[in-house]
Amino acid sequence: MAQDAATQINTEQTVSEKDLRYYTASQWQLVWWRFRRHKLAMLGAVVLLIMAILGAFAHFFAPYSVTARNGEYIMGAPQIPKFWDANGVSLRPFVHGITTKRDPVTLRKIATADPDTRRYVHFFVEGEPYKLLGLIPMNIHLFGLDEGKLHLFGTDELGRDLFSRTLFATATSLSIGVLGVLVAFVLALIIGGVAGYFGGPIDYVIQRLTEIVRVIPVIPLYMGLAAAFPKEWSNIQVYFAMTMIFGLIGWPTLARRTRSHLLGQRGEDYVLAAELSGASASRVITKHLLPSFTSYIIVDLVISFPYMILSETALSFIGLGLRPPSVSWGIMLQDAQNIRAIEQAPWFFIPAGFVVLAVLAFTILGDGLRDAADPYSVSSH
Amino acid sequence: MLRFLVHRFIGLAVTMFFVSIMVFVIMELPPGDYADRYAFRKFSGTGVNVTEGDIENIRIQFGLDKPAWQRYFQWVGGIVTRFDFGQSFAFETSVNNVIGKRLWMTLAILYSTLVLTYLLAIPIAIYAAIHRRSAVDYSLTVLSYLGLALPNFLLALILLYISVTLFGTSIGGLFSPEYEKAGWSVGKALDLLQHLIVPAIVLAWSATALQLQTVRATMLDELNKLSVTAARARGIPEWKLLLKYPARLAVNPVVSTIGFDVNRIFSELPIVALVLGLPELGELLIQSYLDLDMYVAGAVLLMLTFFIVVMNFISDIALAALDPRISLEG
Repeated sequence: MAQDAATQINTEQTVSEKDLRYYTASQWQLVWWRFRRHKLAMLGAVVLLIMAILGAFAHFFAPYSVTARNGEYIMGAPQIPKFWDANGVSLRPFVHGITTKRDPVTLRKIATADPDTRRYVHFFVEGEPYKLLGLIPMNIHLFGLDEGKLHLFGTDELGRDLFSRTLFATATSLSIGVLGVLVAFVLALIIGGVAGYFGGPIDYVIQRLTEIVRVIPVIPLYMGLAAAFPKEWSNIQVYFAMTMIFGLIGWPTLARRTRSHLLGQRGEDYVLAAELSGASASRVITKHLLPSFTSYIIVDLVISFPYMILSETALSFIGLGLRPPSVSWGIMLQDAQNIRAIEQAPWFFIPAGFVVLAVLAFTILGDGLRDAADPYSVSSH
Repeated sequence: MLRFLVHRFIGLAVTMFFVSIMVFVIMELPPGDYADRYAFRKFSGTGVNVTEGDIENIRIQFGLDKPAWQRYFQWVGGIVTRFDFGQSFAFETSVNNVIGKRLWMTLAILYSTLVLTYLLAIPIAIYAAIHRRSAVDYSLTVLSYLGLALPNFLLALILLYISVTLFGTSIGGLFSPEYEKAGWSVGKALDLLQHLIVPAIVLAWSATALQLQTVRATMLDELNKLSVTAARARGIPEWKLLLKYPARLAVNPVVSTIGFDVNRIFSELPIVALVLGLPELGELLIQSYLDLDMYVAGAVLLMLTFFIVVMNFISDIALAALDPRISLEG
């Protein structure tokens, strides 16, 4: 009896401790707790993190460089490392060796797997030298074969390794998204701020102008601007010009939302309370208003990512965006544009899987963040 | 009502004026001008030596020596008064000739896509909202995620791949070979309808995903209204009251976003058309951008935007007619 009472008191204490923790938690802790419960969104975040790491350290994870060609294995099918075959089991994964014959009629090289030879997969092998993150000179790659080359995703029409190219493409496509969103964000803050601060006619003109820009279908508009890039521009120039375009056209949505968040919050009671307590304007803005909508801004940024990525893919796909030898998801999908190619080599579709995965992950992550960041959502702790 | 119409119409005209300026800017953006490209195109490979003077002559011939604002008014003036969109140098004929039939094909694709979107989205979303947390409702959520994540042109590629590998036929194009050059007949119209199904499915893909969400959300809001409870209390059959109150209102957001849907469809159309090989304006737009045939590109961009603005106009009017709560003061 006495023991029961003791446990009861104990549970009450733990509950109130839990409550205490909840009521004293900072805003970001609350957001994090709410976000953590959203399993799908967590999965989205993990997927994106993995993609970002694969992209950032593409030189290490990719066995070969973007342009390295394997003349022995052109339009070759994906090779999947295995642990056993008809000749027995091996603890070290291996693929079968390739023998190349010429087709007697078309004289095209045909690569076939030879089931009697084994090429073993080794890890941390030495390969082509590179600079990790553009700084540290290295020549270690995550994996490679003891002899010949391993093509996890197969090869393209020039015999280039699609796995390596996909990783480098991931870096390009994701970074264009990041830079585009950043440009849009800075423009949105400046122009949205100007519109909000001056109000009146300037606000009106900016609002009307953005409405007119938004009437023009967006991809045709991007294409029109991209068509104006001079042919002699280097790949780096095209890359930055594209981020600028995405930013320039992407900002109105962000600016509008920032502005409406600000206008909406300005009339809230807590702002009035702070003002009545004698808080200065700068304190109200930095201590009360800004924290109230930074979470929204982050959500908006995450949500606008997929559009940037899809736009880049679309533009590069039709040949108005990045140009080879740059490599992005859109450029890789160019190979899948003609039906004859994808009939013979369905693995050209693999980069499409990355596009879909990235967009899906960003969308789900955005949804999860929005739920977590919304202070009015019902939350049982 | 008349005042409302006039007001909206003025809005349409003002928007088109600013859009035409933006389109003109895009036409002027590529380096070099029409005369350079014309001379390069016409004389490259012929061995004729083109001098600066020749290019200058071409420039004067086309009126390119005038300042930009004069050329803008000349261009817009031609369109407004004579419906003349200028010259295409890649096709060496007038832009009107190049666009010709493609305009009608574009509209055929647009309307079949819109019809398919609404035929799918409205009934399914209403059903899902009434049967909340059912299998249909959950699969709808998954589908709408995929609708955004799987870009239309990839869907088109996948459908192409499936049709070629499984059925051995290509689904591209708008006409079967035997009707390609034939005059219009019932057979040709049916053939066109058949070929419109795939582009319509591909383009309706993401539009449907978005509309499903909107209609479902509105429907859920409306289902909890007192009018529904009151109707139920009066003993009106369930299907009748659902149609009469919430379903009727759930259609309003669809009507008000027709312009957005057209915008989205036109945004995705060029790439889908390229993949599926559809002879319409979007594909022409890509081609003219690649050739820097800017009069064609400008005309197409202007036309696409014009349809969007007109659809916005129509949706405003339709909404005002459908929903008496909308103020006509506008």
